[in-house]
Amino acid sequence: MPGLFRIVDGPIRLDQAMEAVAGPDRGAIATFHGTVRDHHAGRRVMRLEYHAYTAMAEEVLRQIGQEVRDRFGTDHLAILHRTGTLAIGETSVLIAVAAPHRAEALAACAYAIERLKAIVPIWKKEHYVDGSAWIEGCATGD
Amino acid sequence: MKVSVLLFARYQEAAGSPHVEVEVADPVTLRAVWEAVRQRVPALGAEERPILACNRAHARPETAVRPGDEIAAFPPVSGG
Repeated sequence: MPGLFRIVDGPIRLDQAMEAVAGPDRGAIATFHGTVRDHHAGRRVMRLEYHAYTAMAEEVLRQIGQEVRDRFGTDHLAILHRTGTLAIGETSVLIAVAAPHRAEALAACAYAIERLKAIVPIWKKEHYVDGSAWIEGCATGD
Repeated sequence: MKVSVLLFARYQEAAGSPHVEVEVADPVTLRAVWEAVRQRVPALGAEERPILACNRAHARPETAVRPGDEIAAFPPVSGG
C-alpha cells in the first residue's frame, strides 16, 4: 500500500511525511507530533530512550495503515517513530494523514496515534536525575 | 525443537541478552516456549503473561511454532 511507515534512528523530517501524503485530490493534511515532555507522574524527566522491535513495528504500522484505509477511506498516511536517546522537546513520533476533507483527516490522525500507542512494539525508558524506569503501557496485543 | 526467542526492552535487560535459546518438546506452542524461557532465565520467572509474537505479528499462546519461525516476547508497549 502507499504511505510511509518507518522506524528511524535520527531526527524526524516533517517534509518527508508531507511529501509522502500530499496530492492534488486532497484538501486536508492533519499532523500529530509527539514530543518529549520534561515530567511524568510528578518526576522531572531529563531525557527519553526509545527501543523498538523494528521489523515488527513497521509491519504493525502498515497494519494501522490498512485500518485507516478501511475506516476513513484514505491511503495517504505517514507514520514515523524514532528510536534511541531523545532530548526534551524533540519529536518522538510524527503522523500525517491527507484526505479530501478535514473531518476524515483529523479523525484518522487521532485514530492512528491511539492505535500506535496500543499495539506497536516500541518502548520508552525515562531517565531522571536519580535513575531510570521503563514505561509499560498497553497490556494487550489486540 | 530448538527455539530462539527475541526479547525487548525490560525483558532484554533482565535477561542480559537480546535473545535466548531454549529446547522445547513437542507439541511446541508459544506458551510452551515461554515457559521454557522463564525456567531458563530466573529474572523473567515472574512474567506469566508477556505479549507474544510469531513472524512479526501478535500471536496467541496456543499458536503452534514451526522450525524457522521468528518468535518474540515483550512487555506492554509504550511508544508515542
